[in-house]
Order: sequence, then structure tokens, then C-alpha cells
Amino acid sequence: MAGAYYEKIARINLTTGTITVEPLDLELAHKFIGGRGLGTKMLYDEGVATVDPLSPENKLIYITGPMTGASAPSTGRYMVVTKSPLTGMIACSNSGGIWGSKLKYAGWDAIIVEGEAPDWTYINIVDDKIELLDAREYLGVMSEAMDEKLKEKHGADASVLNIGPAGEKKVLLAAIMNDKDRAAGRSGVGAVMGSKKLKAIVVKATRKNLDNIADVDALKVATKNAMDVLKANPVTGAGLRQLGTAVLVNIVNNIGAFPTKNWQESYYDKGEDISGETLAEKYLVKAGACHRCPIACGRVVNVNGKVVGGPEYEPLWAYGGNCGNNDLNVIDECNMLCNEYGLDAISVPCTIAAAMELYQRGYIKEEECAGVPLEWGSTKALVEWTKRMGDPETELDWLMSSGSARLCEHYGHPEISMSVKKQEMPAYDARAIQGIGITYATSNRGGCHVRGYMISPEVLGLPQQLDRTVIDDKAAWTKTFQDLTAVIDSMGHCLFTSFAMGAKEYTDLLNAATGTNWTIEQVLEIGDRIYNIERMFNKAAGMKPEDDRLPKRLLQEPVVNGPSTGMTSQLPLTLPQYYEARGWVNAFPTDETLKKLGLDECVGK
Amino acid sequence: MIEVRVFATLRQGRDKVTMLPSEGITNAADILHLLHIPSEEVSILLINGFHQKPESPVKDGDIVALFPPVGGG
Repeated sequence: MAGAYYEKIARINLTTGTITVEPLDLELAHKFIGGRGLGTKMLYDEGVATVDPLSPENKLIYITGPMTGASAPSTGRYMVVTKSPLTGMIACSNSGGIWGSKLKYAGWDAIIVEGEAPDWTYINIVDDKIELLDAREYLGVMSEAMDEKLKEKHGADASVLNIGPAGEKKVLLAAIMNDKDRAAGRSGVGAVMGSKKLKAIVVKATRKNLDNIADVDALKVATKNAMDVLKANPVTGAGLRQLGTAVLVNIVNNIGAFPTKNWQESYYDKGEDISGETLAEKYLVKAGACHRCPIACGRVVNVNGKVVGGPEYEPLWAYGGNCGNNDLNVIDECNMLCNEYGLDAISVPCTIAAAMELYQRGYIKEEECAGVPLEWGSTKALVEWTKRMGDPETELDWLMSSGSARLCEHYGHPEISMSVKKQEMPAYDARAIQGIGITYATSNRGGCHVRGYMISPEVLGLPQQLDRTVIDDKAAWTKTFQDLTAVIDSMGHCLFTSFAMGAKEYTDLLNAATGTNWTIEQVLEIGDRIYNIERMFNKAAGMKPEDDRLPKRLLQEPVVNGPSTGMTSQLPLTLPQYYEARGWVNAFPTDETLKKLGLDECVGK
Repeated sequence: MIEVRVFATLRQGRDKVTMLPSEGITNAADILHLLHIPSEEVSILLINGFHQKPESPVKDGDIVALFPPVGGG
């Protein structure tokens, strides 16, 4: 078998109940690595860019990378690639835990799910055997309970991926959960799973490690080097384990880039109350780690006596300052609710924040709120509206569960939605940090920070400190970060390794595992290719140049408080620079760029 | 007075916020010295919310924020 790939894909048609095994195209795998890159290429070739995302014609690709499950640091990642019902464009949501590793150990590089089951079904995978089982009795079961029930049935060594009530109801903000509290969270991938009446996928594997590494000795050397780099780095070696990503609350707030009350303000005077330091002091039980991860950024917290997965930086911000709330215990509770209902813990609170602004301005009336007014900082509103969005009934429940773009459009004020391509932006004000605005605007999956984390150089000083207030060569930096991120995702590594590791470490690991002989430049070109195939999927799906945008507020309303007062995003200046760096015209690759990247099949499309 | 805020692991054995008289303080390095914080432990040094270096000047009324190496996302 070829290095680090099992060369096997399962195609599961839920309409007919047929399961077929297809060979992995190894040449294609090397060209797109795997995971995000290969999954997107496969989805593009399946021709689903123009279909209704919630129709049986859409496909769900659960895909591993060549490094997924390998004896190398932070390799427990898998990806869900599909057409997003939230954005109408490419979705690739990435999750940790151990489910992805087990899928790989069972001998599958990917599974493609298509069609729609006649009734609620779940997939049971035991090594090379795949069966469809009746899931009707599990309808309405919360995600964590679902995990427990299926483990009771199939054994404690089973790993469970599932959707909660939100996915069942095709809520556009629904996530896919695995291993209880790990989430492929963004872009509504849970709704696609629900539209196929697929409740869960259980995986058991006899293998406990990959037995198909191309050069075991070379991988040992590359792994030792990577581990040394991760351990020596104060962020990956200690910082993330001690305080998690939550440590960012105080940093981002202190530079005045902490969006508050739906981005009306950029500094939260009660930031300390919801910080990583306060979380560690009052609620932290222990750090948590995904499979084979030495970083252990996860938080395990005590929520009213229940020990559960705790919030990362994003929900701390989104349920905190962005909703004018400084009650950390309630943030922990809401984060738990998102995990139980199977919801995106970024987009849900951001949509509540948008609704709170609509309420503040009198566009949503109190009588629409069914007894729970959407007042800033109302802990009751945060808890109740999260539940309602996870299991919607009223018209406003459904509107809110469809995300802020549709909600604000409905009320005639689309400018209040802080989203890009209909997906809510994360926790860094792009008026105060110029480079991250380019990432948001050009992200192929809509508002997102993990498609080119410019916060690293602009705020954290990694790998070097850039001035967050200026444009300089941020467009070129953003492109490089986007391309390297595409590589890391596609390999199956966690992006957080990149706080310490660079392109060389990833290239060495990839070559050792797969038997390729790529140079660093070639690996980065693969990242460029992946970014371009995603863009071509979006073009086929109907994306327009004006979709590469930021909300008007970031361009026209200067920051009103905190250290960044007076700043606006300079995107109109940086976007042309970015397109030039990419070889794009009007938001899309030229034929010359496509040919250069070996995407000849996209030329003229 | 100069307000000095420390975060994350720099809080071990130190107050979260210290108010220092500005007399005798010319730059951020003076503050690190006064608070017994080795400069190599400080990765992010903000003066009034903007990244600066230890040699950057500090004046009365400034807010200085100090962070160890941190990451997240």
C-alpha cells in the first residue's frame, strides 16, 4: 500500500442503501495531499457545486489526511467537505478527537455519503465492514447522550460521530460532533448530514497505528524533530496547556480588537471576568487533548456540577463581550448546550449578538421574543435562545437558527450581520488588525480565522511581529498563511502546531509518511492549488466578486472605544494587492494561474 | 502614575495590576526591572494597546500590559 494512504474510499448511497469500495487515485492524492485539499477536489469532480446543499444530490465527504493517526504530533484530524447550506459555497470543517484516526485505522482514506435515507439511519464501520443500521429510536437524542448510547451498543472502543437535534432539523448553524465535545463546527455541515437522515457514524478499528508509512525511520526522525520544536516553543510546549486558547481574551481586548456588542465597540471593560486566567482560576478541571496531541489546548470545566468540554477563545468572546455578557459560568453552560444540540459555537452566539442589536434598535419587538427579550448581557436570553436555535419552533427561532445574514436581511437591515459570505466572523476586529481582514474577506468558506491566521504575526509576534495597524505587505503574508494552512489541514495535522512548526517540518513529515520528495516550495504550491480549487468550486456554485467583502461597519464606522479608536479596515487597498499576489482577476484565478497550478481541468470554467 | 497589567503566567506571585509612580521610569525596561520580570519572559509588551519594545519610552498616565508567549485561535 502506498505510504500513509490505504487507497480505499467507501461510497455510501443512502437512497439505495448500496455501499461500494473505490480505489483512491494516488496521483490525485499526492497532488492535493488529502483531507481538505483532496476532499475539495473530489467534491468538485462530483459536480455538486450547483445543487441545493440540502438535497439528496449534495454529497458529504468525511476524509482523513495522510498524517491522520500517524505517530507524529497532533495528527487526530479529519475533515467534512460538502457544499454548505449556510454559505452556498465550499464547506470544509475540521475536527480533532480520535474519530478521524479510527476511520483511518479501519482502512479508509475517506467515505463519501450521498442520497437521502428513507428513514433515520446510522453507519457502523468495523474495519473493512460497513453496514447501515436503524437510527429511528435515537431521534431527538442530544449529541453527548448519543455518544454514550452507541458506545453502550457497540463497545467502549467505538468512536462516535453524530448530529444532535439541530442537525436533525437541518438548522443552518448545525455542527457535526465527535467524541462527545469535538466539533466539525462551521458552515452548517450538520444540516447536510441531517438532510440525509444520517444520525451518526460509528467506527471501530483493529489497527492501533498506521502500518503503511513509506519510510518509518525517516518519520521517526521528522517526528522527533517536530516534537522537539513543539516542546521548546513556549506556546505549544506550555502556554496552550496552561490557559488554552482562552488566554487570548485579555490580549485581544487590551489591543482594542475585541468586538463587543455585535462589533459596535471594540473594547470590553469587563474582559477580565471572561478571560482564560479567570476560567483557569474558577472553573477549570483539567486540560484536554485530542489523539496524539502533546499541546493539550482543550479545557475541561465544571458547569453547575457537570464536568464537560469547556469553551475555547471564540465562544468566550462570542457569548461574552459580543453579547455584552460577563458571566463566565453562563458561557460555559451555553458552550455545553452548543455541544449537546450540535451547534456552531461561533455562529450561534454571533447571531444572538446580531439579534440583540436588532432588538436594541427596535427592529425585533419584545412581543416576538416569546418571553425572553434579547437584551444585552441577559444570561437568560443567551441560554434560552441557544436552546431555541438548537431545536427551533417559532418563526423567530427558525430565523435565528439560519444565521445572522438571513435574520438581518429579514428585518431589512443586512448591515447588522457581521458576516462574510453569510458566515459569522470570529473574534478579532479587522478594523484594528489589518491583515486578518484580508483573511476574512477572501476565505473560501466565509467569515473564518483559521484559513490564514494573521493574528499570529500581527498580534502574537509569531513567527515575527508585524505592525497590526498598517497594510505593508499583508496581502502577501495572508496568501502564504492561507497556502500553508491548506497544507496543514490537508495533511491531517492540527493548525496549532504551526505556532512552532514551519513549512520545513511539515514537508519532512509529509515526505517521510507518503514517500514523496517534495521541496518546501512545491508543498506551498500544493497549498496554493488547494486554495484555487476551493475558489473554482465557489465560482461554479455562483460566487460573485462582491462576495469577497467585509461588512460595511468595518469599512465605514471607525472603532469607537479602546486603544484602536478611530481605525477602519483598509480592505479596498489590500484586496487588489491580494488578487495580484494570487494571480486572480476580479476574485477568480486567470487561466494562466490555473495552468501554472496544474488545474487545467478548470481552465475556461 | 503608570498602570502595569500582567497576564497569564506572569501573574504567578504578582498582582494583576500595579500602579507605579512615574518618577524615575523612562522606558518599559525600567518597569520590568522594578517588578522583577526577566525580559525574556515577556513576549508581548503593550503600551496603551500597541506593541512596543522594552526600550520604548513610558510616561505618566500610560498603561503597560505584559504577556508571556501565548497562542490560540
